[in-house]
Amino acid sequence: MANHDSNLNYINEFKGIKSWLFSLDHKRIGILYMISVMFFFLLGGIAALGIRLELFSVGPTLMTADTYNQFMTYHGAIMVFMVIVPGIPAILGNFFLPLHIGAKDVAFPRLNLLSWYMLMLGAAMAIATLFIHRLDTGWTFYTPYSIKTSGSTALMVVAVFIMGMSSVLTGLNFIATVHKLRCEGMTMYRIPLFVWALYSTAILQVLATPVLAITLLLLAMERILGVGIFDPALGGDPVLFQHFFWFYSHPAVYIMILPAMGVVSELITTFSRKTIFGYTAIAYSSLGIAAVSFFVWGHHMYVSGQSETAGIVFSFLTMLVGVPTAIKMFNWVSTLYRGSISFQSPMLFALGFLFLFMIGGVTGIMLATLAIDVHFHDTYFVVAHFHYVMVGGTLMALMGGFYYWIPKMFGKMYNEGLARLTFVLIFIGFNVTFFPQFILGAMGMPRRYFDYIPAYESLNRISTVGSWLIGAGFLISLYVIIDCLVRGKKAPENPWGSKTLEWTVASPPPHHNFHHDPVVSAGPYEYR
Amino acid sequence: MAQSNNDVHHIVEFPILMKTALALFGLTFLTMIAFWAHSYLGPLGPIVAFLIAGVKAALVMMYFMGLKYDSLMNRFIFALGFFFLLLLFAISALDIWTRVPVANTL
Amino acid sequence: MSTVNSHEHHYAHHFKNADHEFVTSKQGIWLFMVTEILMFGGLFVAFFIYHAMYPEMFAEGAKQLDWRMGFTNTLVLIFSSFTMALGIHYIQKGDARKATWNLSATILCGAIFMVIKYFEYTHKFHLGFFPGKYLDVARVGAEHANLGLYFGFYYCMTGLHGIHVLTGMSLIVWVLFRHLRGDFNPHYYTPVEGVGIFWHIVDLVWIFLFPLLYLVG
Repeated sequence: MANHDSNLNYINEFKGIKSWLFSLDHKRIGILYMISVMFFFLLGGIAALGIRLELFSVGPTLMTADTYNQFMTYHGAIMVFMVIVPGIPAILGNFFLPLHIGAKDVAFPRLNLLSWYMLMLGAAMAIATLFIHRLDTGWTFYTPYSIKTSGSTALMVVAVFIMGMSSVLTGLNFIATVHKLRCEGMTMYRIPLFVWALYSTAILQVLATPVLAITLLLLAMERILGVGIFDPALGGDPVLFQHFFWFYSHPAVYIMILPAMGVVSELITTFSRKTIFGYTAIAYSSLGIAAVSFFVWGHHMYVSGQSETAGIVFSFLTMLVGVPTAIKMFNWVSTLYRGSISFQSPMLFALGFLFLFMIGGVTGIMLATLAIDVHFHDTYFVVAHFHYVMVGGTLMALMGGFYYWIPKMFGKMYNEGLARLTFVLIFIGFNVTFFPQFILGAMGMPRRYFDYIPAYESLNRISTVGSWLIGAGFLISLYVIIDCLVRGKKAPENPWGSKTLEWTVASPPPHHNFHHDPVVSAGPYEYR
Repeated sequence: MAQSNNDVHHIVEFPILMKTALALFGLTFLTMIAFWAHSYLGPLGPIVAFLIAGVKAALVMMYFMGLKYDSLMNRFIFALGFFFLLLLFAISALDIWTRVPVANTL
Repeated sequence: MSTVNSHEHHYAHHFKNADHEFVTSKQGIWLFMVTEILMFGGLFVAFFIYHAMYPEMFAEGAKQLDWRMGFTNTLVLIFSSFTMALGIHYIQKGDARKATWNLSATILCGAIFMVIKYFEYTHKFHLGFFPGKYLDVARVGAEHANLGLYFGFYYCMTGLHGIHVLTGMSLIVWVLFRHLRGDFNPHYYTPVEGVGIFWHIVDLVWIFLFPLLYLVG
């Protein structure tokens, strides 16, 4: 049954749209995710551009205050639940996790396909709310406003519930895969760091997301039945909603960043042609970040009405997460030291990550400090911080991962020159957009506000111009990808000279990944 | 975690299943006795009830669900869930019980 | 049917053998059960916190629960867990007929549970004990204005549990159907094992729900 014809690969072996929509092949499912997530990113990006356009000038520019609240809600909800949470794990993880461990597929291929359909269903429902009754609560659905607002909250809550289930099933699949499907000789200390990252992420997905599920259920109960659990007028506690919400949502941000860190590990070591510095430390720090992430959720709630004692406890615990994160940063930089570095676009994005994530991370420690956060909470300082880690971190890693792995996924090389241009546009555009927001936040500009005082206008204008640069960068990268697919040069098996298992198979890989089960006897980064 | 093929399809024998079921019935009756005696137990009452529930749960997990004969990893995975639940409760409770008391709105 | 069909189960291509697939599937099921524990557990946490905040109100609500029905339902579910475990046991031993009886008994127990639950719910509705804002404080003569919170918890927790009972019953029906078709044998019964673990979770949740709602209140 195994077909060793070298012209057949996972793309051309089975034809027709149904062979894609009902495929159980993890590579095809990864591609399905890629197309859908890119579409959602476009939607979320349009919302972002809308926000920045409105904020270009003092006073209403092109929308009412209510419309602005809707724009910012959907920008957040779409980006969090439909782009960054699924992003790297569902696209690159699905495609490469089995290849990285020498397996023929993930543990539960049908569950994998179900995960994608659940994301599609949830996304369709979320987008439907745009046409039924738009939400304006912000992606965090804080009570009591979310109880009273007229938006179609119940539908959105069910949509997010379903998308959460998609995430849970992916995580479950990855854990079982990493535990049970490693090829012969592939001990846990020989798997690539990308796999360690996905594994840590998967643990978070399985443990944290169910609490989101119950939070959403309780919110729906509150809205439909008026039980009084979160509504202060009925004796409920709105802060308890925040406890429940952030118990998931803080680990969620690590679901968003850990896979990105895994990609960066792969890129740094490959493009320095040097074995990664401190493999074990990086592996354990992934687990460490995942573990600590459960203990810190209250740092989103310092000024919510939470007790001072709780705030102090959370502040202290949050500082701890800086330790494993810093270990990674130092190890990546140490890998670069005396490496044979080449600056192709995947590496440019990885280096960009190091710079931008450092700023994002350090400002995170600032915000972790209770006394400072009292001033910065709900200002643009927070907005800048999380965009530095989410966009400057995760999105840069995703772009780097795309350029790195596209030759393997599609068997074609992309236009390197244009790719470098996209890096320049995105990197510069990103800093122009978000660095001023640190200053705006320190000056006191509140977030999620439709308008601001004239003193903030010039920095807001600079920020908006930056957003156009980012938009241009991403549009050009869309072109780069399509151009690659249509007329890219044929890619060799291993264009980057990397040592992980996916580069030992053809580009694109055959349907069953490996003609013969691989046997490994060494680690994944034995350059020298 | 390699398991020999003999372990994988472990069959829990009928006497063990029967004894577990009887123990569970017995503990349920014990729970009711504890409930009726709650005026004597006072605040300990709920704690006793939950301890008994915990024992029942352990029996179901160990014998009916076969965790006793299963891999360490599966046991660890399951235990982890309870640990994080405890964490959610502990810190939320910490917050609520360290707040400066204010008369409630009712 | 006294003999078991001995055809070999064709395992998926990415596994080394059928046993490899079995242990992997089991781990997958346990991972899923963790999510169920966390989800129900969140409700328990919320219940504990509000119980501590409004102890008298919770006591008033709990008075409306009939411990005899809760107690009976506990025994019913424990018995159903026993028959479920026996169902798997007999498939492992190759005794298809006894397996059929036990799987059927499990479904029957689930149905009994739901019937008792139906009577509990309708009785409460009759007295006006609705959840949340639908509870008419004047009509039921409640001492506490937010008694609706207690019943919100009650209906949500038992309702969510009930949905899982119904789901479990449907899954057992499906598995029973496949068993009668001869799909399972002592070397392949993974779906039965999985459904069994799900059913035990349903029992597990009730083991905690019963004292929490009926006794502690």
